[in-house]
Amino acid sequence: MKKIDFPPEESMYRTALVELLYQLADDDFILAYRGSEWLGLAPHIEEDVAFSSINQDMMGHAAMFYQLLEDLGEGDVDDLSHSRKTNERKNGVLLERVNGPGHYLGKHEFDWAYTVVRHYFYTQFKKVRMDSLKTSSYQPLADVAVKVRMEIYYHLLHWKTWFLQLMQSNSDSRGRMEKAVQRVWDDVDSLLCYGPNGDDIVKAGLIEAEDKLLQRWKHFLTPVFEAVHLSIPEKLKPAAASGREGVHTKDLEEALAVLSEVYYMDTTASW
Amino acid sequence: MNEEMILKALHKVKDPEIDSISIVDLGMVETIKEEENRLIIELLPTFMGCPALDIISENVKKQIISLHLYHHIDIQFIHTPPWTSNRITERGREQLKSFGIAPPPAQLSESGDWEVSCPYCGSQYTAIENLFGPTACRSILYCKSCKNPFEAMKPISTLM
Ligand SMILES: [Zn+2]
Repeated sequence: MKKIDFPPEESMYRTALVELLYQLADDDFILAYRGSEWLGLAPHIEEDVAFSSINQDMMGHAAMFYQLLEDLGEGDVDDLSHSRKTNERKNGVLLERVNGPGHYLGKHEFDWAYTVVRHYFYTQFKKVRMDSLKTSSYQPLADVAVKVRMEIYYHLLHWKTWFLQLMQSNSDSRGRMEKAVQRVWDDVDSLLCYGPNGDDIVKAGLIEAEDKLLQRWKHFLTPVFEAVHLSIPEKLKPAAASGREGVHTKDLEEALAVLSEVYYMDTTASW
Repeated sequence: MNEEMILKALHKVKDPEIDSISIVDLGMVETIKEEENRLIIELLPTFMGCPALDIISENVKKQIISLHLYHHIDIQFIHTPPWTSNRITERGREQLKSFGIAPPPAQLSESGDWEVSCPYCGSQYTAIENLFGPTACRSILYCKSCKNPFEAMKPISTLM
């Protein structure tokens, strides 16, 4: 397919591109935020250092995707990340779920198993997604994908190690992990779909079809699941809410309230 | 264009987190060009979320201004080609060591394991403690010979 550097105004191509960029940016942004809520609370000090570093990388990736949107005239990066309302957000619902009940400043029961499973599933998906975006018809996006792909190599290694270790640890750990896997499966469809403009996104050559990515993603998960004697469901449960259409849970609303509270204290501050 | 003077000035811009190595030896400088009296410098960020990028950009500007050669200077971060750890020069690798940081393993061995020599004693008898270190581009290792913890630059390649 022909490579494009500047999409024509008011074209189907441009609409599809903008839609996909919002999904990419919002996915990384909200999960980086959820990750950063663990700061100081991770199971041990080494993990605290590692997780912070991963969150910083992910926030950097979100910033790059927002930058591509800014370049298309969608608005300024800080506004795009901080001031858009809940119903304007396009992230998959899986990524907005709280880490557990409670608040990170007060009493809380954050669930490490859930965090490990969600991050592992997401990072593996992100890898498959970036592999496909490398040949995107939109050249600036393909360039960013090459860069992101290299950085998440270490993220994936990290989460896969945690996943295998906790799955193969004692029965308490195994039980928590199985519960977490179930919860993540219930939401995973929200991640793998491109939303109402999905067909246009694929037709524009921006990324390959959803089922192709799903297949590849399952292909990567299979040996890991086999190693811990778990099976991958044949069919995924349809997502409860379609984040890609701007339908979200109150978890996202609350997270955005916290985020924008800080942002609106001084919108001219440089971050 | 006086490329030699510009390069000399860029050599004075150090990585804010490792002040023994310049951005030139880190392999961050991709192009230096002049367009209509405007100097354009294109830099490659090591990691995209690196918080030091703004500082680097400011410092580059300061150094170029001090040359009194250009009124208009444009510093741009670009992503193609992507920065990879083999862009670090031989001199840069030595400078990292003098800072107590092992340079990135030149090539990933087939198993994906790293062979990293201790920057203090040169021993190969080292182990990775944490893939993630104090900054995005570094990992924490331990030398089993001289029993020192140390950091190493992560290998980053398009093959990963
Ligand atoms: Zn040593």
